[in-house]
Amino acid sequence: MDESIQNPGACAAPAGKLNFQPSLPVMVKLAEKRCETQNTVSLLFEHPSEDKASFRPLQNAPGQFVMVWLPELNEKPFVISYISDTGFGITVTVRGNFSRRLSELQIGQKVGFRGPFGRGFSGMEDYAPEKIAILGGGCGMASLALLAQKIPEANIIQGAPSSSELLYAERFPRQIIFTEDGSFGFSGRPTQWLEGKLSGGVEMLYTCGPEIMMKKVVSLCNANGIRCQAALERYMKCGIGVCGQCECDGRLVCRDGPVFSDSELQQMPSFGNTRRNAAGQRIKL
Amino acid sequence: MKEKNNTQAPETDLGADLCGIKLKNPTVLASGVLGISKDLLARVVEAGAGALTIKSVTTSRREGHDNPTVIACEAGMLNAVGYSNPGAKAAAEEFSNVELLQVPVFASVVGRVPEEFAAAAQHIMKCRFRAIEIPLSCPHTPGYGTLAGHGSPEATERITRAVCDVTDRPVFVKLSPNVPAIGELALAALEGGASGITAVNSMGPGMLIDIEARRPVLSFGFGGVSGPALRAVALRCVYDIYKATRDAGHEAPIIGTGGISCGEDAMQMIMAGASAVGVGTAVYQRGVEVFGLISRELREICLRLDIKKLKDMTGAVHG
Ligand SMILES: Cc1cc2nc3c(=O)[nH]c(=O)nc-3n(C[C@H](O)[C@H](O)[C@H](O)COP(=O)(O)OP(=O)(O)OC[C@H]3O[C@@H](n4cnc5c(N)ncnc54)[C@H](O)[C@@H]3O)c2cc1C
Ligand SMILES: Cc1cc2nc3c(=O)[nH]c(=O)nc-3n(C[C@H](O)[C@H](O)[C@H](O)COP(=O)(O)O)c2cc1C
Ligand code: FES
Repeated sequence: MDESIQNPGACAAPAGKLNFQPSLPVMVKLAEKRCETQNTVSLLFEHPSEDKASFRPLQNAPGQFVMVWLPELNEKPFVISYISDTGFGITVTVRGNFSRRLSELQIGQKVGFRGPFGRGFSGMEDYAPEKIAILGGGCGMASLALLAQKIPEANIIQGAPSSSELLYAERFPRQIIFTEDGSFGFSGRPTQWLEGKLSGGVEMLYTCGPEIMMKKVVSLCNANGIRCQAALERYMKCGIGVCGQCECDGRLVCRDGPVFSDSELQQMPSFGNTRRNAAGQRIKL
Repeated sequence: MKEKNNTQAPETDLGADLCGIKLKNPTVLASGVLGISKDLLARVVEAGAGALTIKSVTTSRREGHDNPTVIACEAGMLNAVGYSNPGAKAAAEEFSNVELLQVPVFASVVGRVPEEFAAAAQHIMKCRFRAIEIPLSCPHTPGYGTLAGHGSPEATERITRAVCDVTDRPVFVKLSPNVPAIGELALAALEGGASGITAVNSMGPGMLIDIEARRPVLSFGFGGVSGPALRAVALRCVYDIYKATRDAGHEAPIIGTGGISCGEDAMQMIMAGASAVGVGTAVYQRGVEVFGLISRELREICLRLDIKKLKDMTGAVHG
């Protein structure tokens, strides 16, 4: 494993044999709903006031995820996209049944969550903020949101099919925006911005979005001496490194990732090519 | 994991033998944990495992139960994964060239009826697995294991025979701890042609409830209990099986599985009668490195107790 990425969370299983760390869901109340786009909503949850200490690990988690539980339906992974003194939030894009039911939650209703899990983005302290690029595509911006909040002076680039699908336009007003239909910002794809910076200006890039896009971004970075990290999505069951379901070329996306460094991605031929479904079958992306 | 270079003391021999299959140390990756791909298996080899078991496969693909499927509580782990797997044919593709891994790898198949066990075994044994394990003991998948009555002596013998008929490699039968006389079950498996016993599968099933949601945490409602909560029960099961089989004149090896997370746990299991130890849930506690750590700790224990050959300790408590 690449030592250059540190696990910032207190979520890793303890090293001691006697210490068996529970990973049970904690119920949290929906305090606020923010409509981000036509099919994307952010859900802000309130910490139960009596148990602040157990939420401390959430405070520094750009790129980490939580397992969100709707009792009697399912439990799925979502990146933490908001954090505050009183709670945390996720940003949900409606895709299938679970995300739809999540998006329909009413204020005051509760969901369970476990986590935060996994290894998030790291190493930003080693670069001048203006030498850092945060490049997201579609709902991949959710994974980068806390990072963008942490380093507001960084270059933040977002790509979307059209203006109606842009995320966090007001939250990060300095964003450079690309839309495929040209309905807002520059016309085209966010990789164009990177192509214009290859001769200098960017030293570290963080990305999340459609894997085909990330694959292109990472290979541009590799070819031009820009360090980078990318956040992957794979089907998850346990979320705690036991079942193997999220496997990607021998690495566990839930525990070793979801963020991987350039050197790790180079050893992952599945990156940009294949993933596994709920049965563990390998399928084309 | 680099091993300590102790020039004074003679090398402790951690080697184990399962029906002639040689293991460099007694740790075996338990079925259902990490074993879904060859790349993950390779990583477990790198971490120091002595042998590996793949996640159980069925004749056709299964998605398993909905999440939550795996939950850790303070006493151990509950799982109701529900045998998600890509099916025996896809699994055989995944594990082609499995012999290139540097340690012995065991297949694992399940079915609803003996014919399904045999069909899945036929597919998967086209790969060069060194042995095959058949769990008759899953406590949380309708149609399979204890929920289908596979844990009776009659069913155990029948299913074992069906699998033995289609392979000439050793068959290990994996038993449930939830039986009054596990020794008899082991004898039924040997009667059916098994070469060895894996004991045990997860116990229960057990249940956890979220008091705010007023619902069970696992989507299936209940699931098999593993990890620390299972260890003492598993140890007694292995003790019983060793005694019953030796009393009946058998020498079948036992892979002792359940709650093992350190060298001390492994040594206790070996003394109860195990030739090798299965490790599953401890991957959560100590990471995949747990295999190398257990070997290192076993070596330290052997030095301290002046044990030259770990193999000699199998069943020591019966002596
Ligand atoms: C680390 C990680 C972080 C994620 N963060 C977010 C986020 O911030 N916002 C967001 O909207 N979505 C996120 N997702 C995706 C989310 O977990 C769901 O997959 C998505 O909401 C679709 O679920 P569904 O049931 O609505 O749709 P379905 O129609 O059931 O599934 C659509 C697709 O989602 C994927 N999927 C379904 N179940 C799972 C699962 N258990 N684990 C992983 N992928 C699955 C599959 O590829 C499937 O083809 C994340 C996924 C991962 C792995
Ligand atoms: C998440 C999980 C999945 C499992 N899946 C299987 C399986 O597919 N087949 C099987 O024979 N046993 C399965 N088991 C049982 C283990 O192989 C093992 O027998 C049991 O967990 C006890 O060992 P442990 O305490 O070291 O985990 C599973 C256990 C866990 C925790
Ligand atoms: S989701 Fe189970 S190992 Fe990653």
